[in-house]
Amino acid sequence: MIDAILESPYINSLPVLFEGLKLTVLITFSGLFLGFILGAIVGIGRLSKKKLVRSISIVYIEVVRGTPILVQVLFIYYGLTEDLIGLSINSLTAAIIAITINAAAYIAEIVRGAVYSIEKGQGEAGRSLGLTENDTMRYIIWPQAFKRMIPPLGNQFVISLKDTSLFSVIAVGELLYMGKQYYNVTYEIFETLLMVSILYLLITIPTSVYLRRLERKLDV
Amino acid sequence: MITVKDLHKSFGDLEVLKGINADVKEKEVVCVIGPSGSGKSTFLRCLNLLEDITSGHVYINGEDLSDPNTNINKLRAEVGMVFQHFNLFPHKTVLENITLAPMKVKGLSKSEADDIGLALLAKVGLSEKANDYPESLSGGQKQRVAIARALAMNPKVMLFDEPTSALDPELVGEVLQVMKDLAEEGMTMIVVTHEMGFAREMGDRVIFMDEGAIQEEGDPNQIFSNPQNPRTQSFLSKIL
Repeated sequence: MIDAILESPYINSLPVLFEGLKLTVLITFSGLFLGFILGAIVGIGRLSKKKLVRSISIVYIEVVRGTPILVQVLFIYYGLTEDLIGLSINSLTAAIIAITINAAAYIAEIVRGAVYSIEKGQGEAGRSLGLTENDTMRYIIWPQAFKRMIPPLGNQFVISLKDTSLFSVIAVGELLYMGKQYYNVTYEIFETLLMVSILYLLITIPTSVYLRRLERKLDV
Repeated sequence: MITVKDLHKSFGDLEVLKGINADVKEKEVVCVIGPSGSGKSTFLRCLNLLEDITSGHVYINGEDLSDPNTNINKLRAEVGMVFQHFNLFPHKTVLENITLAPMKVKGLSKSEADDIGLALLAKVGLSEKANDYPESLSGGQKQRVAIARALAMNPKVMLFDEPTSALDPELVGEVLQVMKDLAEEGMTMIVVTHEMGFAREMGDRVIFMDEGAIQEEGDPNQIFSNPQNPRTQSFLSKIL
């Protein structure tokens, strides 16, 4: 009985799939971390009084949101690096860059919305006390806005995590890619894809549950 | 101390201030009254550039607010402002609300700023609330904290934008009392208000605004008992 379970095609695929899961999580976290930094810059730029800064931010957001992430990653991996600058980067780097750039556009809108949602009087109070625009943003607006960003950022995490599965096209050894490699050898397509799905859900469902709780706790 | 010369302010095509001229002397308490939409709040907000000036000049201690070379942040630090809706920082404790600007603008250490903050809280009667968050305070308490926050920068003049309008009636008195104490200490104050009792009792001068212009100004007793301008008469007859 135990042998049967241990020998089952479901369990057998796990060591390989775990390798992929590690990479999936790595790409998602590093992409989101960098994407948040870039997104915060673009999002605040989107609110800038300077028209040029605002325009650049809008163009960035619209271009990235208006093109499929699959196109973006192919562009980064093959088009940009090989054709344009003749420099090849490895597929993992390309994947992280793609998530960063893509998530940044959505995060920029999250940042913009959250900052914009803070009452105008907060900034006025800061400025009326003699704080500079930057200090007003840093000490008054941002801490309040950040709280409101947490739920949509969690949502973005789930979206980006699933987006990483597209990177199997550039042969990044993430979860889906490893699954494909595995069933190409074993032909256990159903079993493998089921396990792949379960592994995604193992991350996305707890995240969603946790987010809903957090949302209630933060009262946003 | 404050001189306003031919101040105009437009929002798009809408001209809200149509040439305001005013002088406020040191230690003077000037109350600005008028119907809503008369431009009195906008006028007040132009005095620390929360609204930028369309044309004209505002001089504070001789410095021209409309001059791009003027250090606006430095000037704002000398002009305290109290808002109708308090605008306390909800993510900071009462004491932190007060100490933020002295630390970040004046560069005081935390202990120096805390000393100032605690002294001001004692002054407005809220020492025991130092470590509470604003959400746990009543409206009157919030406004007293907001006054303390503005005072922490040691301003030369205090602007009050309808400071009691958002308060429940029974909480108005405690805020007015703090303002009276301030006036008696010799603070220069410009108060946009609907509290005619306060204007009458504490105002050195009352300015009546309507339709973006000063219609009448003078001694409170004269304005309230013997208004000259028909608009003033009509406004006062409606509210008194």
